[in-house]
Amino acid sequence: MLPKQEVVAMLLAGGQGSRLGVLTKNLAKPAVPYGGKYRIIDFPLSNCVNSGIETVGVLTQYQPLVLNDYIGSGQPWDLDSMDAGVHMLAPYQRGRKADWYKGTANAIYQNIPFIERYHPDYVVILSGDHIYKMDYSKMIAYHKEKEADCTIAQIEVPWEEAPRFGILNTREDGSIYEFDEKPKKPKSNKASMGIYVFSWSKLRKYLEQDEADSKSSNDFGKDLLPAMLEAGERMFAYEFNGYWKDVGTIESLWESNMDLLDPHTELDLGEPSWKIYSRNPVMPPHYLAPEAMVQNSLIAEGCNVYGEVDFTVLFAGTYIAPGAVVRDSIIMPGSRVEEGAVVQYAIVSENAVIGKGAVVGARPEEMDDKSKWGVAVVGENCVIAPGAVVPAKAMIDAEEVAK
Amino acid sequence: MRGNNVVGLLFSNVHEERVRELTEKRAMASVPFGGRYRLIDFPLSNMVNCGINKVGVLTKSNYQSLMDHLGSGKAWDLSRKREGLYMLPPFGAQSSISNSRIDSLSAAFRFLSSSKEEYVLLSDCDIVANIDLKKVIAAHMEKQADITIVYRYGKIPPKVSNIGVLQLDPEFRVRDMLIDPHMEGECNFSMNIILIGRQLLMKLVEDCISRNLYDFPRDLLQRNIPHYRVYAHEFTGFMQVINSMNAYFEANMALMLPQVRAQLFCPDRPIYTKVRDDMPARYGLGCHVTNSLVADGCQVDGEVHNCVLFRGVKVAKGARLENCVIMQDSIIGRGSRLNYVVIDKDVEIKEERSLMGFQSYPVFISKGSIV
Repeated sequence: MLPKQEVVAMLLAGGQGSRLGVLTKNLAKPAVPYGGKYRIIDFPLSNCVNSGIETVGVLTQYQPLVLNDYIGSGQPWDLDSMDAGVHMLAPYQRGRKADWYKGTANAIYQNIPFIERYHPDYVVILSGDHIYKMDYSKMIAYHKEKEADCTIAQIEVPWEEAPRFGILNTREDGSIYEFDEKPKKPKSNKASMGIYVFSWSKLRKYLEQDEADSKSSNDFGKDLLPAMLEAGERMFAYEFNGYWKDVGTIESLWESNMDLLDPHTELDLGEPSWKIYSRNPVMPPHYLAPEAMVQNSLIAEGCNVYGEVDFTVLFAGTYIAPGAVVRDSIIMPGSRVEEGAVVQYAIVSENAVIGKGAVVGARPEEMDDKSKWGVAVVGENCVIAPGAVVPAKAMIDAEEVAK
Repeated sequence: MRGNNVVGLLFSNVHEERVRELTEKRAMASVPFGGRYRLIDFPLSNMVNCGINKVGVLTKSNYQSLMDHLGSGKAWDLSRKREGLYMLPPFGAQSSISNSRIDSLSAAFRFLSSSKEEYVLLSDCDIVANIDLKKVIAAHMEKQADITIVYRYGKIPPKVSNIGVLQLDPEFRVRDMLIDPHMEGECNFSMNIILIGRQLLMKLVEDCISRNLYDFPRDLLQRNIPHYRVYAHEFTGFMQVINSMNAYFEANMALMLPQVRAQLFCPDRPIYTKVRDDMPARYGLGCHVTNSLVADGCQVDGEVHNCVLFRGVKVAKGARLENCVIMQDSIIGRGSRLNYVVIDKDVEIKEERSLMGFQSYPVFISKGSIV
C-alpha cells in the first residue's frame, strides 16, 4: 500500500488547443513553448511542487509524445519521488470497454483507481493552459477553513472581457450561488480560473453520479459543478490576486510572452522562492556579436545573435544572422533567421528557417486595413524561402510549404 | 551504446597554486568558467561522452563547493545503479600533506582494485578542451600500448613548472620525456591526460611508494619509459591550460570566437553542468551589449562589451563593463565603470565605482566582496 497523500493534483493536459493552429499540430497545448525556456505545463507543475503537492496525475489524450518525453520521470520538477511523483495518465482499455476521455469529468472518473491509491482528503484539479504563479496550499487552507466541498479559484477580470469567461456570483461570505457561463450581461467581474479544490469523498460521489447520467457531457464546468450547486453543496470562491493569463489563442500566447518583457510585470520568473522549473537544454551561454543590437528582450542559452533584436523572446539555440531584424516576436527553440530577414509581430515555431531577406508579419501601424492585422505564425520545421513575404495573421504549415 | 572498458579518475586539486586567487576557497575543479561551467565539467563531460560509466574524483582539500556542484552526478548522467560517480576524499591516517598524484592514487587503491574495467583514464582539471577520448582509447588499443599520453604540439605555456616534454619516434612511441627542459620554440608537451592499464597503474604506484618516490611525472612516467610501451596521442583542437590568472582571463575571452565555441561546445559532445533553473537573460530598455557571452538569469540594463556574464549577474543602468569576467550572482551598481576586471561570485559593486585593470593584469575581486 502506498502512504497516504493529503492532496493529489490532477492536471488536465489532454486538450488539443485547436485555436493555437499549427503550434499544436504535433503536440498538446501544455507542451507549447513559453517564455524562452519553458513549456506551459512547467507553470502548474512548478506551482504544485512549490506548494508542497507531491503527487500529480497528468491526463493526456491528444498528441502525447512530446509531453511524455518532456515530463519523463519528473526529475526536473523534483517529482520523481519514491511513493508519489508525477504520473502520465492516458486513456486505456479495460475489460471489453475502451474509452477515450469523453470530457474533463470523465477523465477524472476513469482515473478514480489512481487517486484512491493515495487515500487523499483533497483533490486539486488543474489545467495546462494558463500562465500564473499560485500557492495552492493557501487555497487548500481556505477550503478547510470554510469547510467547503468545492473551492474554485477566481480572479478579477476587466468588465469588458467578463463575457468571455465563466463568471462566479458569490454571497458576502464567499459562497457561490450561481455560475454564469459566458454571460452577455455579467453581474460580476470575478471569473473562474479553472482551478478547483474538492474534498475527495464528495468529488467521487459526483463523478459517479455524473457518469451514470447518460445525458451528461461529462464536463466539470457544464455538468458536475452545476449539479453540486443544485444539490446545495458548500461551494466557495477563492480570490487570487496576481498574474494569470489563459494562453489558448495565438494573440494571448503572444501577449503573455510580451508581458515578460515589461519591467513592471507582475510575473517575475526570477523569484528565487518560487522558481519555475523546466527541462534545461545542454547549451553554452548565449553570444551577442559585436554588431548585435539587443534591447527589451529575453534570451535563452545557446542563442547566437548577430542582428537586431527588440521586444522579443528568443528560445534556446536560435540564430539571428547579421542584418536580420526581429521585433515584437517569439522565436522558438532551434530556429534560424537568416541575413536581412525581417520578423515582426510573429511567432516562429521550433526548428524553422526564415530565409534571407524574407519578411514575416507586419506592424499594425503599417496596415491599411487594421482589421486584417494579426500575429503571423510560422509552423514547426517550416522553411520560408529567401525573399518570401508572410503577411500578418498568416499561419504557415511546413507540409503546405512543401507542396 | 554506452559503457566501455575504462574507468575515469580526476585529480581535482592539482596545480591549484597556479591560480591562488580563484582556488582560495574552492578546488581547482570547481573554478567557475565560461558563464555557467566549472572546470571539472570539461574533463568529466569528455569522459562521459566517450562512454565511460564510472568516474572517481580525487580530492585533497577545499572540496565542499565541488561536492555541491557534482551532487549525485545526475547532470552528467552519472547517477546510476551500475557504476556512476564516486567522490574519493583523502583516506586513512597515512595520507600525507604532500600534494602529489601518487599519494592521491594510493588513497584510491580500494576504488581501483574494486573496479572491473581494464583501463584507467587519468586527467587533471586545469585544461579547458573538448576532447574526443574515443580516439585516444582506439589509438591505445591499436598500438597495443601500456600507457598513452595525450599531448599537444606547440609552445609550452609560460611560467609553468612540471611540464613533460615528449620525444617521439615516427610511430608516436615516446622515447624520452623531459621535465621542464630549456625550450625555445614549439615542442610536444603532455596534457596530463593518461590512459593506462588498471593493474599496471596499481603496480607502478606501489612500486613508487615502496621506493619513497612521490613525483608522478618523474617517478611514475619518466622512469618507466624504457620498460613499457608508452605512446602519445596528439590533440589538435582548441585548448587552454588554466595556469595563471592571465590564462584564465584569456580562456574566457577566447569564447567570443565562433570557431572556439564551435569546438568547445560541439553538439555531438555536449559539455554538461549543474542545472540552476534560472529564467532566460533579460535585457532592458537602453542597454547596449556587444561581443559578450551571457548566461541565464542575468539582468542587463547597462553597457557590456567583451564580457562573460555568469548566471544571475545584474548590471544596472548606466554601468559600463568592458573586458570583464563576472561570476555568478554578482551585482554591478548604477554608473560603475569596469575594465579588465575578474569578479568572483556574490560580489557587489556599489554605485559609481571605477575599477581598471590591464589586459596583462586583470584586477581580481574575491568572492563575496563589497566594493
